[in-house]
Amino acid sequence: MTFPTLNLPVISPQIVLVVAALVILIADLVIVQKRILGWISLVAALGALATVFTYRPASPAFQNMALADGLGLFTTAAVLIAAALALLLSVERVADFTRHAGAYYALILLATAGMTALTIASDFMTIFVAIEILSLALYVLSGFNRRDARSSEAALKYFLLGAFASGFLLYGIALIYGATGTTNLAAIAQGIAPLSVSLPFAPLLPLGVGLLLVGLGFKVALVPFHMWTPDVYQGAPTPVTAFMSVGTKTASFAALIRVLAALGSHDRPWLLALAGLAVLTMTLGNLAALRQTSLKRMLAYSSIAHAGYIVTGLAAGNPRGAEGALYYLLAYTFMNLGAFAVLLAVQRREENDVSVERLHGLAARQPVLAVLMALFMFSLAGIPPLAGFFAKLYVFSGAVEAGLAWLAIVGVINSAIGAYYYLRVTVAMFMSEPAADAAEAPKPGWPVMATIAIAALATLLLGIWQFPWMQSIIQAVSTLALR
Amino acid sequence: MFLFIVFALIAIVAGLGVILSRKPVYSALFLLVNFATLAALYIMLQAQFLAAVQIIVYAGAIVVLILFVIMLIGGGELRDIRDPNKTLLRRLTAPRVTGAVLALLLLAAIGYGLITGTLNSASGSAAAFNNGSVQAIASVLYTDYVLPFELASVLLLVGMIGAVVLAKNE
Repeated sequence: MTFPTLNLPVISPQIVLVVAALVILIADLVIVQKRILGWISLVAALGALATVFTYRPASPAFQNMALADGLGLFTTAAVLIAAALALLLSVERVADFTRHAGAYYALILLATAGMTALTIASDFMTIFVAIEILSLALYVLSGFNRRDARSSEAALKYFLLGAFASGFLLYGIALIYGATGTTNLAAIAQGIAPLSVSLPFAPLLPLGVGLLLVGLGFKVALVPFHMWTPDVYQGAPTPVTAFMSVGTKTASFAALIRVLAALGSHDRPWLLALAGLAVLTMTLGNLAALRQTSLKRMLAYSSIAHAGYIVTGLAAGNPRGAEGALYYLLAYTFMNLGAFAVLLAVQRREENDVSVERLHGLAARQPVLAVLMALFMFSLAGIPPLAGFFAKLYVFSGAVEAGLAWLAIVGVINSAIGAYYYLRVTVAMFMSEPAADAAEAPKPGWPVMATIAIAALATLLLGIWQFPWMQSIIQAVSTLALR
Repeated sequence: MFLFIVFALIAIVAGLGVILSRKPVYSALFLLVNFATLAALYIMLQAQFLAAVQIIVYAGAIVVLILFVIMLIGGGELRDIRDPNKTLLRRLTAPRVTGAVLALLLLAAIGYGLITGTLNSASGSAAAFNNGSVQAIASVLYTDYVLPFELASVLLLVGMIGAVVLAKNE
């Protein structure tokens, strides 16, 4: 029997996160001041982030089960940043919706561990278990507000549909295994390169990839697998929504990029399917967002639309498209988290959602908050020189380069539709009279304001000073064997 | 061979008991017997791990789940199965026809495998586990699949925390 070589530095972020979660669970029993637990979890997330930056891209580890390459490290960093910002956001308001703060922080950390494990997973076994970890933690987190029936409904809905989607994912994996004889992505890439026709059960491959797309499409909320998104985003406590809307997307898209790269050398019928999904997702997400009066539902549909833009980059199937998708994920992390943070800042303690009307006249009451919210809205709408503009530019240019000019045109038209509802929020804040019942929300404390400020700064910086980010993105994509 | 015949007969009788009992609880208990005899058959095929899983998962968890469901919906008697007032044709409802078709397909597949010899070639794989299947699975689980295995324990931890939090009083 040969003993495995354990390359523990590869999973050091996960180790830090899981150990911190256990420490918090135990400390929860003795520490009365629950805010301390929040700071411990924040330190853990930042510590995990530090291990990412000290680690250099390396060869496969754990018998090819994990691969901390450029893609993995970049998306791991994005997920950890999202987790850190969400934790900073939670510290102040977690007592509003739960008394079990310890379990809350532990579950956020464990979900983050699952997401980061997904970004470095290079075998379908690891991919599946990591997806289950993050999903299970998020099912519970979205039902954390026990006093609100909507929250429980969100958890139940997410759980039932999520379990269904996991079934699709697993079936897809089984069929790909049937077609290629292995669950390992590296082995699959090697196997289908030379014999793209003479696989034993070759017809199973597109079928398996299709089912896999259904499973992952559910996690990132692609139309037509998006049904759960508005209800869950609205019902879940706002810090949880902020976290899951960005973290899950980053991790799942990282896995999808890795899987598609492994299947890249094959004749790729699924790229057309991805393009179709992108069109559906962008259009339906934007059209539905137009009609929403609840800010959380609007952001939920907007997140569906953004998933569509990101898929545009993947459908291109070339390095430019993948680079655009990665840049998009990082930009989206900051601008969307920032928008949810503003939402949390204006919502009252007993509330879990805010209508657009509540923002009327916000500029007069809280000018700083209004200006920063406008910044996030402009960025989400894709107005230069903010991050959201360049994100769209890169994914669309990837699509044009791949000969999918029509897809880019659909995307641009959709951006124009999207601009309407983002600008409507801005107009409401600056040009409308305050609503009569604009009772004051509690004045946001410094952790919430710090979250908003960091997100705003990053949204600006990503746009105007791109060199360091793009360098690591290009490096990440160059190690993938994209055609 | 003698043991095999004994266990096979018990399994067949228990299987018939599952579908012919009038009380759902009896069906569930017959299913338990069936699962247990299958586990015994697995041991005779050198598949100890499969036998243990069969007992733990099927005979343990699944049967308990079925009993829970029966208790929740109330375990009355099912009359229809041997109702003499109905003709054979009337008793052929959609679920029964589906079940019969699936059973015939399974029989056809096994028969095809036996006739063409594809099933026989698989019989050698039990001998491939030279130390028995538990060791073979364990050595793969703790070497090649150690990362997913450890992640699975994190998954269980998440499930445990979630169950406690959701069940606690607010």
